[in-house]
Amino acid sequence: MTNKNKGINPKEEQRMRNPVNVIGAVTFDFVRNTIEVLSLFVDTLWWAIVGPFKGKSSGRQSIFHQMVFAGVQSIVIVFFISLFTGIVIAMQSAYQLKQLGAIIYVAPMVSISMARELGPVFTALVVTGRVGSAITAEIGTMQVSEQIEALETMALNPVRFLVVPRFLALLVMLPCLTIMSDIVGVIGGLIVGVFNLQLNPYRYVSFSFDFLTWKDVWTGLVKSVVFSIIISMVACHVGLRTRGGAEGVGRATTLSVVISFILVVIFDCILTGLFYFSNV
Amino acid sequence: MDKQEVVIDIKDLVKQFAGRNVLDGVNLKIYRGETFVVMGGSGCGKSTLLRHMIGTLKPDSGSIFLLGEKITDLFGDDLDNVRKKIGMSFQSSALFDSMTVAENVALGLKEHTKLQKSVIDIIVRMKLELVGLRGFEDLMPSELSGGMRKRVGLARAIAMDPQIVFYDEPTSGLDPIVAAVIDKLIIDLSKKLSITSVVVTHDMKSAMSIADRVAMLYNGKILEVGTPTQIKKSENKVIHQFITGSHDGPIRFFQQRDDYLEHLIQ
Repeated sequence: MTNKNKGINPKEEQRMRNPVNVIGAVTFDFVRNTIEVLSLFVDTLWWAIVGPFKGKSSGRQSIFHQMVFAGVQSIVIVFFISLFTGIVIAMQSAYQLKQLGAIIYVAPMVSISMARELGPVFTALVVTGRVGSAITAEIGTMQVSEQIEALETMALNPVRFLVVPRFLALLVMLPCLTIMSDIVGVIGGLIVGVFNLQLNPYRYVSFSFDFLTWKDVWTGLVKSVVFSIIISMVACHVGLRTRGGAEGVGRATTLSVVISFILVVIFDCILTGLFYFSNV
Repeated sequence: MDKQEVVIDIKDLVKQFAGRNVLDGVNLKIYRGETFVVMGGSGCGKSTLLRHMIGTLKPDSGSIFLLGEKITDLFGDDLDNVRKKIGMSFQSSALFDSMTVAENVALGLKEHTKLQKSVIDIIVRMKLELVGLRGFEDLMPSELSGGMRKRVGLARAIAMDPQIVFYDEPTSGLDPIVAAVIDKLIIDLSKKLSITSVVVTHDMKSAMSIADRVAMLYNGKILEVGTPTQIKKSENKVIHQFITGSHDGPIRFFQQRDDYLEHLIQ
């Protein structure tokens, strides 16, 4: 309705060509969506933490179902991406370290960069593409086919019923997948180290872990927890505000993946800076 | 009629969308046990009116009392408590795709009551029997035809033994025979379970066969309220055009606009 009006109303069109108005509209939209995502997050936390004490839990079966979908079924893709990432970093760093005669340092190079950076980020990006898009498409379809309204009419809160299980499932499964990704990445590096660089496998593994500190691991896991919140909140928020039939669902799904990607990378930068400068 | 208990009382309801009054001062009283039909053309605001009655939309001004509660002012748990006493059958059925037929019907009972699973299973079978779908418990909504989905939606709407059931276009998109079956079902449910039914439709034939009273909504206003016989005899030209289904009359789809030429060459 509003789109149609925009099309036939020349005054409105003129107004929207004015750059000040465009910037204003974009800013307004940005602020409004940020507030909405944050309030959805608060709502989700309330239902996840306070809900069960009021006898209104989100259903174990539903959470379990989501954990299988988001976690177990993502294992294969995360495995391959991490394995090849490990192989590529090993080869790239070997190329440079060879010139310094420090080839053995390929091992800690791979393990530290996987734990701190590549494990959490690549896993989050893969899960955004696989799980975030599916969440938006499913909730978006439910929205345009009146199913969300049906839930509300049956006195069932959509946040408790749909958002909380997905939020909790990702909160648990993304760090688990990240740990797996870290390990598989190291194995990828090991393959290059042993078969290409002729390093002793025992020495490679012990070098990998000698240089790896607890901080490297837990900062990576903190990142993955933050990413899981970003993915589930953006996917659910965009899904719940879907309008306009099948085309709307398609647009929402794309939008959800794009926003999550950008936010994951931005928050990765912020967190890396925070951990680097704060010397925790 | 006046001595009967009022279950829905709508007072001066106004709602604007994009600067246009979709509801423009609606007043209605609906009594316990009756089948009340709100009739009107596409886009006249009848679905909007229905969404105000179930509390998913809030009005710009005016109020609705549903079972004695001012639903237009309620939020959260208070709103949910009223909603547990009503059922709603959606235009698109709105069945949950990821659940079987039985799970769809059982959902409200499972979440809002402390009944044992075996008891819920019996209730679900009873409700499905009422809509003639016993034996279809384990099918998924995608495996059903449009008419069957509507009937499952109906069974879900009455699962919690509501006092009022709302129907949004119950017969749209169905062939005449299935539509007649649904009409009969609405009448049967109202009589057997003595529930109040509020039906929103543009299907004249259906409206006239099921209604105790009919209200005609046009341009956000109630034109007339009366029994089907009274409505059929109405002098109002809009109602007359709607009943005869004529393309010529006060309801126009091609609006005369002064700026037509200007708009063409723009």
